[in-house]
Amino acid sequence: MAKKNIAFYPGCSSQRKSSAANYLTSARAMCEKLDITMNEIPDWNCCGASVGYAEGGELPRLAITARNFALAEQHLPGQDMVSTCAACWLATRETQERLAASPQLMQETNEALAAANLVYQGQVKVRHMVEVLIEDIGYEALKTPVVKPLQGIKFAGYVGCQTNRPFGIAGESFENPLYLDKLIEIAGGEAVPYDQKVTCCGGALAFSEPDKAQRQIRQIVESAYDPGAAMIVTPCPLCQANGEVYQSEINKKQNTRFNMPVLYYAQLLAVAYGATAAEAGLDGQVIRAARLENIAA
Amino acid sequence: MTEAAYRNDFLKEVEAHVEAGHEVKRCMQCGVCAGSCPFGPYWQHSPQKIFMMIRAGKREAVLSSDAMWMCTSCYNCIARCPRKLPITHIMHGLANYAHRLGLAPKGQPTRDFAVMFWQNLARRGRVNELKLTLGHYFKDGIGAGIKQGLAMKAVGLGLYKAKRLNPLEIFGGHKVADLSGFHAIVAKAREIEDRKRGLAS
Repeated sequence: MAKKNIAFYPGCSSQRKSSAANYLTSARAMCEKLDITMNEIPDWNCCGASVGYAEGGELPRLAITARNFALAEQHLPGQDMVSTCAACWLATRETQERLAASPQLMQETNEALAAANLVYQGQVKVRHMVEVLIEDIGYEALKTPVVKPLQGIKFAGYVGCQTNRPFGIAGESFENPLYLDKLIEIAGGEAVPYDQKVTCCGGALAFSEPDKAQRQIRQIVESAYDPGAAMIVTPCPLCQANGEVYQSEINKKQNTRFNMPVLYYAQLLAVAYGATAAEAGLDGQVIRAARLENIAA
Repeated sequence: MTEAAYRNDFLKEVEAHVEAGHEVKRCMQCGVCAGSCPFGPYWQHSPQKIFMMIRAGKREAVLSSDAMWMCTSCYNCIARCPRKLPITHIMHGLANYAHRLGLAPKGQPTRDFAVMFWQNLARRGRVNELKLTLGHYFKDGIGAGIKQGLAMKAVGLGLYKAKRLNPLEIFGGHKVADLSGFHAIVAKAREIEDRKRGLAS
């Protein structure tokens, strides 16, 4: 398999001891097996996420992401800038498109970057890790490294919002994207029919409007139990955290008995590719995925 | 030549000062956005209504509405809008404008959280999740903060055990190395934007 180099943008939640630290751990294990070299963009900063708009406005948001572009261009020229986080990918892709479409915004952004002696030349290509997997490596080749298929485990593929809308993965529909189900099947698992596949988990409003967000989360978890899923799988750090950590709150308030592990596709592939439980970040689950731990070495 | 000159014509004001505001007039009032929003049961006005109110010149009602603050950024409205209006961005833009003018609802929890989020990331270039969470819990004072912290103890402990929460972040935590450069970029961008949108810094 051809070795691939990417300019990797981990994002805040993937940092050490942060809420999605196990996403990064498992992505590293997965990429190692696929011979993808992740070159972290030196001194990257936060993308502003979705909720940054209120105080951040437009140009400050574009400018901080353009700082990451400038650093990627300078230090990792020619490499695609790849995110694992849905919000990072959305913010970077949005910035790339807006700056490409507006010479005025591009000029103003570079005026701001000049304050730190940086310049964005418009060369960066922004991508999500899933795009690298399915477009560069391809579904067939993703099967090659599988040594421990996750046989007999049913997963609900929860795509959520921001890896799906407004950009999404090329060729997929907004209402019923299929790539995550395919990745589950590649790992040897069974993707169950799941009607809350693209339902919003509440995003950042899980903090500010917990009851309203937990109503969403309840639907998402309950609908995974219905078709017999043992676990939920997602590509998004916030979907993962919201889907997993609030189950105990919902149980407490609504007398449910949810205990459904919520994993990343990278963890499934890492385990299927022979990674240990620690390499696959399984020790980072708040709700442990015992059946995966048993399969992992 | 500031916003005062535009008060008679709120649509023009929105077009000139709000991110993606020039798209508002393309709305054909079909209501698909209203039916697609996950927080639809909770807002005062749907995007569809907000856009009509803008055209009707209902300045105060629009800018003081809680509608923009119910946006979870799920992008359903954008994906489904038959006229391809960037509805999410318009709602974010209106929220930012209302907030910056001081007309957004006071104490609105998402407004407060969103402002805290930006300030958190702007301070050190990366989000400090612990300070963000604690800041949110304690926004209504020490007593409320302790109560909220205790209520959420199980969640915090679970994340701590899973090595996904670091109590030591209270003393610093992750940050960018070129912090002065990062701050300079944010300050310059804000200065340009404020000048462009006629907002006082």
